[in-house]
Amino acid sequence: MSPPPTSTPPTVGAAPRKWRVATVSLAGCFGCHMSLLDIDERLFELIERVEFDRSPLTDLKTLAPCDLGLVEGGLCNAENVEVLRRFRAQCRILVAVGACAITGGLPALRNHLDVGEVLRATYGERVPDDPELPLPLARVLPVHEVVRIDHALPGCPPPADAFWQLLQDLMAGRAPALHGGLIRYD
Amino acid sequence: MTAPSPTFEFDGAAVPLQPGDTILQAAQRAGHEVPHLCWDARVSPSASCRLCTVLADGRPVAACVTPAQPGQRVQCHTPALAQQRLRLLQLLFVEGHHFCPGCERSGACRLQAAAARAGMTELHFEALDPDRRVDASHPDVWFEPGRCILCQLCVRASDELDSKRVFAIGGRGLGAHLLIDSPSGRLGDSALSVHDAAAHICPVGALLPKRVGFAQPIGRRPFDDAETRG
Repeated sequence: MSPPPTSTPPTVGAAPRKWRVATVSLAGCFGCHMSLLDIDERLFELIERVEFDRSPLTDLKTLAPCDLGLVEGGLCNAENVEVLRRFRAQCRILVAVGACAITGGLPALRNHLDVGEVLRATYGERVPDDPELPLPLARVLPVHEVVRIDHALPGCPPPADAFWQLLQDLMAGRAPALHGGLIRYD
Repeated sequence: MTAPSPTFEFDGAAVPLQPGDTILQAAQRAGHEVPHLCWDARVSPSASCRLCTVLADGRPVAACVTPAQPGQRVQCHTPALAQQRLRLLQLLFVEGHHFCPGCERSGACRLQAAAARAGMTELHFEALDPDRRVDASHPDVWFEPGRCILCQLCVRASDELDSKRVFAIGGRGLGAHLLIDSPSGRLGDSALSVHDAAAHICPVGALLPKRVGFAQPIGRRPFDDAETRG
């Protein structure tokens, strides 16, 4: 299938405004962020065109309105849900990144165990109960079961070239067109 | 003096017909790819996966069981059929537990390869998350029902190639599942041997020989894409 028609960004005068990009790891392993960093020296090209908002790579604690949000990890606790909803509210384009965000991933293998029994098996009689700690959900959920997502980048993790392709396509105003080899699930 | 062999039209190309051909058989022989999961030349067709659905003179039919007719006009690769195949694949993914990152069939799985080829990036539907238990009772073969797509290839292989009838499909609707013919219902008490065709015909990671997982390097698995594996 041919990609949808390109909308050319305006190029008159000064350099185009930088894209604001936020990233987050919910019930993730940070591996998707590492794979994003695997674009290596292309990071220098990226930083010419984007400015990072809240992200594990910045010190920002709150989230401003963004062009793009990259979400790694599924939802395993109450704080994940709150953060995901905030990302949806603030990000014009929200992308589910990696197997965990898209399917729940390997953490969802706990879905057939009773979460109370899991905690007791791990902590014995001293299951942490401070209200500062977010309560786990009964099931690990993929992000699309809680908020609408615009695109997904599969893989565990997605290849660096897939991140690059996604960023290039989105910033050019195109729907991401991942060709065969960049779509993988493992 | 031989009459020219009859043909039908497959995505605009003339495909020669032999007596008794299904659309899928004739098209495959002529080098056309018809997406499928539950069809295998070694056993009779079951038409359960529906991935091979084509339009025969405008009517949707399963290519693996529909006889090809001379002069018939078959469409296999259209945007609408591609979208329908994508939805079928997403349904199969959400019905089971397809966590490819931890599956030893990854890279050698027909379901996964079909999904990648269909451009599947997300699941679209809510996960069904069925509660199914692994059967590891057999010394050489194990069964992960969470990955079973009910293609019935093992059923047919055990019946037609091994003459054992170890497997059947039981239950109805979403409760349909693979049955194992043994007093306990477990694989270890059945007549299945690791040398049976049925132990190796599974197109996904449901029925697997034990102790041979993760033996092939990434990049050299059957469906690996040379382009990105480096």
